[in-house]
Amino acid sequence: MQSTTLILLLGFMAIAAFYFGRGRSLSLVGGPGHGMALHSLPGYYGYYVAIWVALPALALLLLWMVIEPRLIISMVVSGLPESYRSLPAGELNLLVNNIQNLASGDVISVDADEMLQAAAARFNAYAVKSQQILAVLALGVAGLGGAHAWRQIHPDLRARNRVERVVRWFLIAASSIAIFTTVGIVLSVLFEAIRFFQKVPMTEFLFGLNWSPQMAIRADQVGSSGSFGAVPLFTGTLLITSIAMVVAVPVGLMTAIYLAEYSSSRVRGIAKPLLEVLAGIPTVVYGFFAALTVAPWVRRAGESVGFEVASESALAAGLVMGIMIIPLVSSLADDAINAVPTAMRDGALGLGSTRSETMTKVILPAALPGIVGGILLAVSRAIGETMIVVMAAGLAANLTANPFEAVTTVTVQIVTLLVGDQEFDSAKTLAAFALGLMLFIVTLFLNVIGLGVVRKYREQYD
Amino acid sequence: MGRRDKTRQKVEAGLPRRRRKELVFKFTGMLATAVGIVFLGVFFSSLIAQSATAFKQTFLKLEIELTEDVLAPGGELDLTYADFDGLVRAALRAELPEVSSRSDRRELYRIVSIGAGYQVRDLVAGNPELLGTTQTLWVPASSNVDMLIKGNIDSNLDESLRPMSDKQVEWVRRLQEAGRLETRFNRALFTNGDSREPELAGIKGAVMGSLYMLIVTIVLSFPIGVAAAIYLEEFAPRNRWSDLIEVNINNLAAVPSIVFGLLGLAVFINWAALPRSAPLVGGLVLTLLTLPVIIIASRASIKAVPPSIREAALGLGASQMQVVFHHVLPLALPGMLTGAIIGMSRALGESAPLLMIGMVAFIVDVPGGFTDPATALPVQIYLWADSPERAFAERTSAAIVVLLGFLLVMNLTAVILRKRMERKW
Repeated sequence: MQSTTLILLLGFMAIAAFYFGRGRSLSLVGGPGHGMALHSLPGYYGYYVAIWVALPALALLLLWMVIEPRLIISMVVSGLPESYRSLPAGELNLLVNNIQNLASGDVISVDADEMLQAAAARFNAYAVKSQQILAVLALGVAGLGGAHAWRQIHPDLRARNRVERVVRWFLIAASSIAIFTTVGIVLSVLFEAIRFFQKVPMTEFLFGLNWSPQMAIRADQVGSSGSFGAVPLFTGTLLITSIAMVVAVPVGLMTAIYLAEYSSSRVRGIAKPLLEVLAGIPTVVYGFFAALTVAPWVRRAGESVGFEVASESALAAGLVMGIMIIPLVSSLADDAINAVPTAMRDGALGLGSTRSETMTKVILPAALPGIVGGILLAVSRAIGETMIVVMAAGLAANLTANPFEAVTTVTVQIVTLLVGDQEFDSAKTLAAFALGLMLFIVTLFLNVIGLGVVRKYREQYD
Repeated sequence: MGRRDKTRQKVEAGLPRRRRKELVFKFTGMLATAVGIVFLGVFFSSLIAQSATAFKQTFLKLEIELTEDVLAPGGELDLTYADFDGLVRAALRAELPEVSSRSDRRELYRIVSIGAGYQVRDLVAGNPELLGTTQTLWVPASSNVDMLIKGNIDSNLDESLRPMSDKQVEWVRRLQEAGRLETRFNRALFTNGDSREPELAGIKGAVMGSLYMLIVTIVLSFPIGVAAAIYLEEFAPRNRWSDLIEVNINNLAAVPSIVFGLLGLAVFINWAALPRSAPLVGGLVLTLLTLPVIIIASRASIKAVPPSIREAALGLGASQMQVVFHHVLPLALPGMLTGAIIGMSRALGESAPLLMIGMVAFIVDVPGGFTDPATALPVQIYLWADSPERAFAERTSAAIVVLLGFLLVMNLTAVILRKRMERKW
């Protein structure tokens, strides 16, 4: 039996259990007219039985799904001839892979000899048997659970409280997922990064000036070691982020000021949604635009005034990234400006200052912490942005501050290192996780400070 | 008196300068606002201009003889090994009989797409009774011909600088004059999976991949997000644990999406051994990515339900759980749905984490399930944008138009939902 059919069947059983439970509770007190004699509403007795039917069986199903593949593989391996069982782990893995592929009917890389055929047949037989056992067990557990709850039904049973307790645990579990996600991110990135730092010293990674992660296949090739000095990536990221900020911060700030202070409400009503459209465009689309429209344009413009511009210049990626970040900066700046009390603004205007003087001398200083917090969030967004730089910035790790040259960034390198098949024991793959760790730490730092500052100063004037 | 006059003089002397400054400031603000909007205009007009041609495609009319000794050599229809390309080539030779040398013919064959052979095979497979007849078919021309007709290849350029030879250009001109070439609606773009040949490449595979992923994402993230929001707003005691959850959610909303890709690679693929490139894994990663968005929106909409409703229900003897599920949740649901749609539109446009979990593979087949290898629409855009062929550039633009169209529909739905269901208390 397929697991989907099994789950569907369990669902039907739970629905049936609901009606049986409800009917049972009512019949115990003598029919629908006497519901008042029950502790809880009749429906809760139904839910109670349904929960007992579904939850233990689903838990079993989940457990089985985790254990089953490993169990089957170990059983198949133990049935292999002794000469195969004593193979080193890597080769044994390969053999098991071949058996699995053969069992699912795929083409495999080696000749399917009799031994493999037999093993694959055994694999399939075990899989079928495991499905059968699982179906019997799961349905049995569901039936037992249902029977247990059925027998417990009694007018005094506090069914509502018990059902609500289960629901409450579900709510708690759902809200904990956010924490598990963070823990998952930290652990997965950290473990692989630690394995990377066992191969490459941390000082070389943090302070080395040369990035060329290509590992040679043969030991005697040129550059067989690969070098993992990440400084060029950090400077590249910094360069592109700075260009983006140079575009986004003044433009976003002035946009917020203009829309808050000068524009008519009609202009605001048109301009604000349009800027929000800018925020809703997927980054891959910005990347396409940067690579195919802006980059050639920057190159032509640069050449017409006599600059040598690389076709994947940092400038093109940075400009487009800046445009992408404008809505973020302007909306956070708008919040900060609006949080400044009107009394301060009116006071300044009443003393005879012009609007621009009110803005630059009174409101902006008062709103500054909020704006700075917003800028920090924007920087974090720019550092973590991936698609624009993957498509429009280069791969060459140049250590330069010249915006007309091609640079590479942390995110570009993560993508380049991890796209395609990876092996989890080469320094090349693990380097991506070390870069991911750096990225996560830096953006986390910026986010915590930025969010904290923004929230604190939003409340200050309330 | 004199002192006051002096002050006034001073103020008046400064006025023109201050007014000038004011004007400059205001003008700078206008300019800044214009930057974003002008960019939007340039972006959309260039996108539309580039994509417009991709919805049309050049087709070539050929009289194809479905000869029996090619298709059914032993008297039996042979769909696997029959030389369908040969039939197409014979028809092409019949069209331009004076092309005789081997190398010329080989160049001639490049005018027609390799998809023509498949089209003939599908026709014969579907209608075996056509065997022995001559059929008039419109088959796709190769992408170079298409580009030439659309004016993207300059025939005045030197032969070595363009992908078509002088002879090929000449043949295309003659076929055109004979009314054998026609631009028609590019159906392949919407019904095919990916292909190495631009004229056969379509977005159906990517759209289906995105669809499967979004199904996984919405099925998981909406209930979990709503449950988390309910707990945090209605049940959570104010203590360290709930503060930690709160900080976590706000931070997760700002973590770069590529980091979620690393998580997916390490946990779902490397540790849990789920299949690479599968919409299931993509959906799981996007679930984690959109959860913060949905939780934040759901909390806001629960907060907007006035406390009087809770108090009234509690006063009538409802339990806290009954208050939430019978009264608060139905009232907050429209806001939650709006948040979910916005979260989904963010998930639909996301590509960086999908690159990490192997959804960038070149996949021709349209995925038929949650564990089939697939790509997503934004990833398809990324892949096509990387292709050197000129014909892929216009298809990339077309795919972007489709993606933006989906996003527009989703966001409009959210806006309308908010307008329709919004309640003023």
